[in-house]
Amino acid sequence: MTEVERHNYDVVVIGAGGAGLRAAIEARQRGLTTAVICKSLFGKAHTVMAEGGCAASMGNVNSNDSWQVHFRDTMRGGKFLNNWRMAELHAKEAPDRVWELETYGALFDRTEDGRISQRNFGGHTYPRLAHVGDRTGLELIRTMQQKIVSLQQEDKAEFGDYEAKLKVFQECTITELLKDDSGAISGAFGYWRESGRFVLFETGAVIMATGGIGKSFQVTSNSWEYTGDGHALAARTGASLINMEFVQFHPTGMVWPPSVKGILVTEGVRGDGGVLKNSEGKRFMFDYVPDVFKGQYAETEEEADRWYTDPDNNRRTPDLLPRDEVARAINTEVKEGRGSPHGGVYLDIASRMPDEEIKRRLPSMYHQFKELADVDITAEPMEVGPTCHYVMGGIEVDPDTGESTVPGLFAAGECSGGMHGSNRLGGNSLSDLLVFGRRAGLGAANYVESLERKPVVLQSDIDAAARSAVSPFEPAEGEGARENPYTLQHELQQTMNDLVGIIRTADEIERALGRLAEIRSRVRNVVVEGHRQFNPGWHLAIDLRNMMVVSEAVAKAALLRTESRGGHTRDDFPMLDSDWRNRLLSCRVSGEDQVVPDVVVEPKEQVPMRQDLLELFELSELEKYYTEAELTTHPAAQGDTA
Amino acid sequence: MSYKGQFRVWRGDSDGGSLEDFEVEVNEGEVVLDIIHRLQATQAPDLAVRWNCKAGKCGSCSAEVNGRPQLLCMTRMSLFDKDEVITVTPMRAFSVVRDLVTDVSYNYEKAREVQAFTPPEKLQPGEYRMQQEDVQRSQEFRKCIECFLCQDTCHVVRDHEENKLEFSGPRFLMRIAELEMHPLDAADRRDTAQDDHGLGYCNITKCCTEVCPENIKITDNALIPMKERVAGRRYDPVVWLGNKLFKRGK
Repeated sequence: MTEVERHNYDVVVIGAGGAGLRAAIEARQRGLTTAVICKSLFGKAHTVMAEGGCAASMGNVNSNDSWQVHFRDTMRGGKFLNNWRMAELHAKEAPDRVWELETYGALFDRTEDGRISQRNFGGHTYPRLAHVGDRTGLELIRTMQQKIVSLQQEDKAEFGDYEAKLKVFQECTITELLKDDSGAISGAFGYWRESGRFVLFETGAVIMATGGIGKSFQVTSNSWEYTGDGHALAARTGASLINMEFVQFHPTGMVWPPSVKGILVTEGVRGDGGVLKNSEGKRFMFDYVPDVFKGQYAETEEEADRWYTDPDNNRRTPDLLPRDEVARAINTEVKEGRGSPHGGVYLDIASRMPDEEIKRRLPSMYHQFKELADVDITAEPMEVGPTCHYVMGGIEVDPDTGESTVPGLFAAGECSGGMHGSNRLGGNSLSDLLVFGRRAGLGAANYVESLERKPVVLQSDIDAAARSAVSPFEPAEGEGARENPYTLQHELQQTMNDLVGIIRTADEIERALGRLAEIRSRVRNVVVEGHRQFNPGWHLAIDLRNMMVVSEAVAKAALLRTESRGGHTRDDFPMLDSDWRNRLLSCRVSGEDQVVPDVVVEPKEQVPMRQDLLELFELSELEKYYTEAELTTHPAAQGDTA
Repeated sequence: MSYKGQFRVWRGDSDGGSLEDFEVEVNEGEVVLDIIHRLQATQAPDLAVRWNCKAGKCGSCSAEVNGRPQLLCMTRMSLFDKDEVITVTPMRAFSVVRDLVTDVSYNYEKAREVQAFTPPEKLQPGEYRMQQEDVQRSQEFRKCIECFLCQDTCHVVRDHEENKLEFSGPRFLMRIAELEMHPLDAADRRDTAQDDHGLGYCNITKCCTEVCPENIKITDNALIPMKERVAGRRYDPVVWLGNKLFKRGK
């Protein structure tokens, strides 16, 4: 029998980024015992990397803003593939979630009249992003981390123990989700990174909040943690993943020096006045406004520049088109030979505002370029290019409760899917994780309270999980070379980057699938050296299995979707296809291999948008995305026929 | 442009360890963390190091380079001569878990002892009004990425384990200052700063400010003003007389 440390909680949250912390706060406030488990130290989650802000239609800067406008922007940004109910809840609830943070102690930048200031961002009609300079994610994480401490202080006062109701298990990795014989979640199994010892959490509800998958790509703004653990664990437990073909490449990552390639340059640079230029000094974005956005963006530099000070009478600059459009435009400029020396384009803020203003508004960008690239952004332009940033796809959930297709398994934030459709607007992820983190916390609490008896963990599952976790220490018998996990990870990243990246073709994706199959056969032969105490080679060997599953899901879904939409661009099918708008690709695992199972993809229909939401759009706009048959209920369409 | 760099990296665990020599490839534009990663991938796959963002934003990769507390991801190789031996050791003020990874739980314990933000009673969510110039002071301290380099370098605890019980360190004294300067925080934190968190131990040598990767002026903007507030409360003659007459205070 495996030696394992046991814990018992009502709710277990996996991931301590914004979504996980917000979910944990909610579950604890409902009076449930709650564990938060994270691979890193508490407070280091990837949410700290979010820079620009948190979108919420508070209307503090432009009172014309409302949830309806935010909803419309979100649906447009996602090219109408979004789960409309999630987009609706998100737009409606975001302001309350932001205001709530102030009661936890958050200090956002202010307007003249003392309210929360809001900034412009790509795809948002009005200034909408609550922010703190360019370090908004850090503020969110720290605020919720401190709220957790605050709740622990209340528990200390009441029960004499800070950790009586809410405990953070840091530097702990979950390797398996466990189910009882009815198929409901019964626990989570993992190991302490520090000691390598096994740990079991017995619980009725698990909330996945593990973030994204960016580490499967070579050039990425994501940290080592982003190995798709939540996606893969959920899939292996039987949950379905949707929209995995949609991967967001942020248009502006650093391109030089090589060691920092991919590190994010906030969209706030453009929101605050920075413009993109090619090697000829031309503001090229004016040439890249796609048909669906024609008429919504400025057509001359003069109009674009006037918009910053007079947004009511001018249209916004195309530098602030949604991220997928800008990333593709940069890609084309570079490919056609108008790029910068290191293979990017120029992002110029230096010539657009005074030095001190740049340092005040964009302090961490100033710092980042000065320290890492020896570039003074107040004096010269930055060199930027696309970097893998976010996955729109994720665990399929019920919009209202966050519950997946597995009873007792919930998900929120980046590891859940649907909310952002085919492309996420900047600023919509911080608001997403607040809105749906809270909802998943509530959903899990309601579920646990409704259980008649707590699901039981089977000893045989614990033994199997333990065997699987230590297998990289035991060389496989028989043929096959001993594989190094770092080498395999590198090959996987290279494959995804080169063949399933920002621009895709059937031929390249098929080659990628061939290589993935080959890498998969070698994952079995991974051998790690040393012992289990804080051993990064072993940690990577385990994470690598998850990266395999999500990479296959991305590639297989990308091959099936024969159109271009948002974060999925097919060179062989370059147009948006209305027949694809309503079709979601759902990924499940199958086959005998428990460790790196096979992925199968099936199309499924999305629920049609509720009539009152559909009517928020002009028929002429919907016609760009929908088939005629889908729009017969729109009042304007009925008017035509009458 | 590439060259072979000479490195000495501390390897071991709580039972002890030693510096090990490595020769590693160094390329243009790299930082010390890149070299550590190359070591992992090619020579020492089980070399333990914490890191996350590799962009100076998360504060995970704190260690000491040639004895100086620094973020490994923000220490550029171009700072060093090509033939210089670069020594990388774990933070000295904390006990070693393994290699470059230290036990930083002291910081989380101290964080939990600072009374949380105390919201104003009468204001509902959405009703908070604050001026930019008033929030700016606390905002400077909220730039903190909790790398704990200030805690590592502070001489009060660097070689004095015994002081850790009574002293919360620059990071958490600054947190108290941040809350004290928050325009809407309802608590008075002057006594607790001095009595429970050891503000008096600080003799403003500014070592913390020097190592802060976020360039926060910890000493000048947080600790000294906090000391002044404490002194204002304790040594104000009127307050002193009041305390004497009504037998308050200690």
